Order: sequence, then structure tokens, then C-alpha cells
Amino acid sequence: MTFARVAGTVVLTRRADTVPGARFLLVEACTPRLEGRGEYLVAVDTVGAGEGELVMVAQGPSARNTELTDRRSVDAVICGIVDLVDQDGEVVFRK
Amino acid sequence: MFLARVIGTVVSTHKEPRTAGVRFLVVEKLDPTSLAGKKDYLVAMDAVDAGVDEVVLCVSGSAARLTEATDGRPTDAAVIGIVDDVDVGGRAVYRKDQA
Repeated sequence: MTFARVAGTVVLTRRADTVPGARFLLVEACTPRLEGRGEYLVAVDTVGAGEGELVMVAQGPSARNTELTDRRSVDAVICGIVDLVDQDGEVVFRK
Repeated sequence: MFLARVIGTVVSTHKEPRTAGVRFLVVEKLDPTSLAGKKDYLVAMDAVDAGVDEVVLCVSGSAARLTEATDGRPTDAAVIGIVDDVDVGGRAVYRKDQA
């Protein structure tokens, strides 16, 4: 999984049958300190993440292993909102 | 998933049987913060009847096979949604009805 910052939202009108009726969020890959890397992707939100939050994103076939995305045509999913990151004994992020 | 713009279609007559009866679209990846094209192109199977110039949501890898249109077909990219709105940092970057 990778760290990402929720940057925005994407709304779809028409979607393929196997696309879940979920929230699609635009996320920017980032460091655990919320420093953006300039790489964006669209991920399905399973946890109610809000803009600016640090989240964990699972990509690839693993993105289908949530209740919301099971057997759906999805390749990226937000699977957790980060509260705290402890790196080498130092708290580098606290929500 | 990633945002892209449909910039064209691909016609292929000599092809693997399991690619028959499906549309191939040429899509250009977009910078979602500006909707500018990134000059990064790929061919994706169409699962939503997308038209040229539309902003779409694309999926890659094995998930591209999990639509009715692409089930069991040799594809690693599919257009799975037509994008209506994109907001970044609370700012409207794209509105389909104003495009």
C-alpha cells in the first residue's frame, strides 16, 4: 500500500455495470509527512475519507478485496485513514 | 484508476477473435489538477460508449476485464466511466455541462 493525500473528488454520470456506486476520490501520492509527489490517481473510497487527509491506498487486484469493490472493475481503493505514523521511533504524522 | 480524454478510435481488422465486437479507444492521460493532456497515450476497450473528446475514467490491469463488455477479453485497460465533475482542493477543475 502507499500513502496518499486526498486531493479532490471525481463524479461520474455514466459508468460500466461493474463499477461500484461509490465515491471516487482523486488522491496524490505522498510521503508519510504529507509531502505530495505530484502523481495522482483516482481511488474508490471505502472509509469516508475527506479532503487533505492522509490515507492508505491499495492498488492492483488487491483493490477488489473490500466489501464495496468485490469483483468490481476497480484498480485502486482507499482502505484506511491514517491517524499516526511512527517512523524510527519518531512520530512523523499525527492527524 | 486515472482520468483521460478520448482522442480517437482504433480500427483493426486482423485481430485475435476475442477482441471482436468491442470498440478500441485512444485515450490521453490527463493531469487532474488542470485537465491538461500529458502526451501519454494508450488504447483502451470501451465499456461505456464513450465519445471522442469526453473526459473518462480508465482502469488498468486485471480489473479492465471485469466489465460486461470486456469479460474474458485480452485487455489491460478499459474505459469504465464518463466523468461529470472534477474538483481539486474545493475548486471546480472540470464540469462536463460547461465544457
